[in-house]
Amino acid sequence: MQLLELQNLKKYFATQKAVDDISFTINKGSIFGMLGPNGAGKTTLLRMITGIFYPDSGEVIFNGKKFDPSSDFRNIGYMPEERGLYKKMKIGEQAVYLARLKGLSHAEATQKVKEWFVKFEMQSWWNKKVEDLSKGMSQKLQFVTTVLHEPNLIILDEPFSGLDPVNANLIKDEIFKLAKKGSTIIFSTHRMEQVEEICDHIVLINKGKKILDGTVNNIKQDFKENIYKVGANILPEHLMTYIFEVVKHEDHLVLIKLQHDATPNDVLKHFINQGVEIHSFNEVLPSINDIFIQLVNGTTNAREFQNIQ
Amino acid sequence: MNKTFLIIGREYFSRVKKKSFLITTILVPLVIVAFYAIIIAVSVKGSTSETKLAVIDEAGLFSDSTLSESKVLKLTFIKNETEQSFTGKYKEQGYEGFLYIPVFDISKQQKFVVHSQSSLSLSNNIAIEKYINKAIENKRLIAKGIDPAVFKSISADAQVDNTIDTKEGSKKGSAGVAFAVSFACGILIYMMMIIYGTQVMRGVMEEKTNRIAEVIVSSVKPFQLMLGKIIGIGAVGLTQFAIWIVIMVVLQSAIPLIFPDMMQQVTNGAAADVDENMMATITQGLSSLPLLKIVSLFLFYFLAGYLTYASLFAAVGSVVSEDQQEAQQLVFPILMPIILGFVIMTNSINNPHSNMAVFGSIFPLTSPIVMMGRITYDIPAWQLIASMVSLIATFLFFTWVTAKIYRTGILMYGKKPSWKEMLKWAVKKG
Repeated sequence: MQLLELQNLKKYFATQKAVDDISFTINKGSIFGMLGPNGAGKTTLLRMITGIFYPDSGEVIFNGKKFDPSSDFRNIGYMPEERGLYKKMKIGEQAVYLARLKGLSHAEATQKVKEWFVKFEMQSWWNKKVEDLSKGMSQKLQFVTTVLHEPNLIILDEPFSGLDPVNANLIKDEIFKLAKKGSTIIFSTHRMEQVEEICDHIVLINKGKKILDGTVNNIKQDFKENIYKVGANILPEHLMTYIFEVVKHEDHLVLIKLQHDATPNDVLKHFINQGVEIHSFNEVLPSINDIFIQLVNGTTNAREFQNIQ
Repeated sequence: MNKTFLIIGREYFSRVKKKSFLITTILVPLVIVAFYAIIIAVSVKGSTSETKLAVIDEAGLFSDSTLSESKVLKLTFIKNETEQSFTGKYKEQGYEGFLYIPVFDISKQQKFVVHSQSSLSLSNNIAIEKYINKAIENKRLIAKGIDPAVFKSISADAQVDNTIDTKEGSKKGSAGVAFAVSFACGILIYMMMIIYGTQVMRGVMEEKTNRIAEVIVSSVKPFQLMLGKIIGIGAVGLTQFAIWIVIMVVLQSAIPLIFPDMMQQVTNGAAADVDENMMATITQGLSSLPLLKIVSLFLFYFLAGYLTYASLFAAVGSVVSEDQQEAQQLVFPILMPIILGFVIMTNSINNPHSNMAVFGSIFPLTSPIVMMGRITYDIPAWQLIASMVSLIATFLFFTWVTAKIYRTGILMYGKKPSWKEMLKWAVKKG
């Protein structure tokens, strides 16, 4: 069951094709990773999903209907990359205000804010101002204000930047809990290890175009290079064969790349025939980080300015 | 719509609850009253310090007329001295200066010299000229064979009072009070447009640099945010007005109770210069004005003028980033018509039906201020209607255009957009 569907979205600015014909779908309850180098068009895409920008062409289908900001604002929580809060406003008051802007009643908002403040041990902050908070603390507050109204779709742009490991874990756990409860989460980042850990499904965007789309496992399978890790006491003479190529050889460890149509069984047979005792044998899948670098590296690093008529 | 009220509420209460609001709101009328009190105190007390002047009257100009003694200027006649001989001495003898009157032809124009160490004050200068003129007139009357006493009995001192006829009957008017009311209304609108317009701009800039704008526009439409801010700050302005009026009324009625002696002195002192009690003139003058019309026109032009300009200020705030200087550059073209309006207003108080005044009070960018200059006069109905309609039309048009600039600008960071780019945003559809 899909919650969000983007159909051929385009948004051109004066000197950039920020988003150039991007389509994908996001399933309900999934944690969806949106990756891309700086300036790829992620923020513009997110702004179109949240209704802040109108696409030049294409459509956003939300919950089976065409996205309508005035009724769907309530169902979306957006945490932009650049955090924003009123510095001089009291924290409790501010959280309640932002929740009410989403459509909660005063009583409902106050109650929810109190619950979340207890959960994150922030009760003592109520009458403080945002300018009194450290960066990590205001990050937590921002997260609370984003998810407070229990939106169907939560959009988090770099949610862990500036957080210490303890607080990052706290938020990560909340993200999993929210997904379990049925919220869909879009998670935009360029920290790849977080993506592998958290996301079910990812898209990779570069220069305004989608260049990769799939589940983390499928993508890794697609990009695997038939590399295996063999744990055994191997001497150089054992490696004289055409079925694999040695990538790396250490004392008790060999990384090999299968050649031609060779299968893992062929490798095992080869070693067993040679009388080598094998302790371990694993396939090595590429990390998302490697795939990312491989895909993005071929292109120029920074986006160039271009004239768009 | 509900959300717009939420935003209005936040903008309003976050400002009204601030200490600085309380301080300025209470301090401004106190400063004005203190200013008042100082002026009164100076005018009452100032008369006790006197200037001692010597007079060497070689022409015998003052021989026939008696000098009426004044509190501020004490004249002493010196005999057996010349201009040269006395120049070195007057200071030792305790005079601040001396007036030298040489022998001269009474029927001709003549200049006289006052020697002094420091420059003569303007009021003393005028007083001396008055004495001399009176003495010369006396001499000339005698030369023509007219008794000065007879002349005094036949010379007239007419006064003109203005009676304004309305349907409710005739009232005594006062040009001075009408002038003051016009000027005060004009300057209030002028100040309020600049002060609160700038506040709107600052508020928008704050939201933009704090990046809260992006969070909020994922909950409400940018137009609601802009409108909420403008209305909220406008309400702060109205609150401030209301508090000021209450404080003023309370203080005005409290002063005579607290300082009865002072008011007594003021009226006594004033009685010497003004024939009538000044307070009575002011009250009479005020009651002769169509107060209801003035108050309602003032409120209309304040609100419409503020709304028209506030949307422009909001647009400026949305396109600049943290750089104050950039903001100043863009604000300048907005301030120009406001200042122009102020200039035309001061002019049109005296010439309320001049072409300039009529144009200025209909042209929507200046009308909120200029119309105040004409507010105490009878304005033709067609001019009022034309002025109001064009102002409201301009307000609607500006809001429509600036909302588009605002919507794009508030999410743009980095370089300030050019006029051409802003124009593009403004005409862009959707």
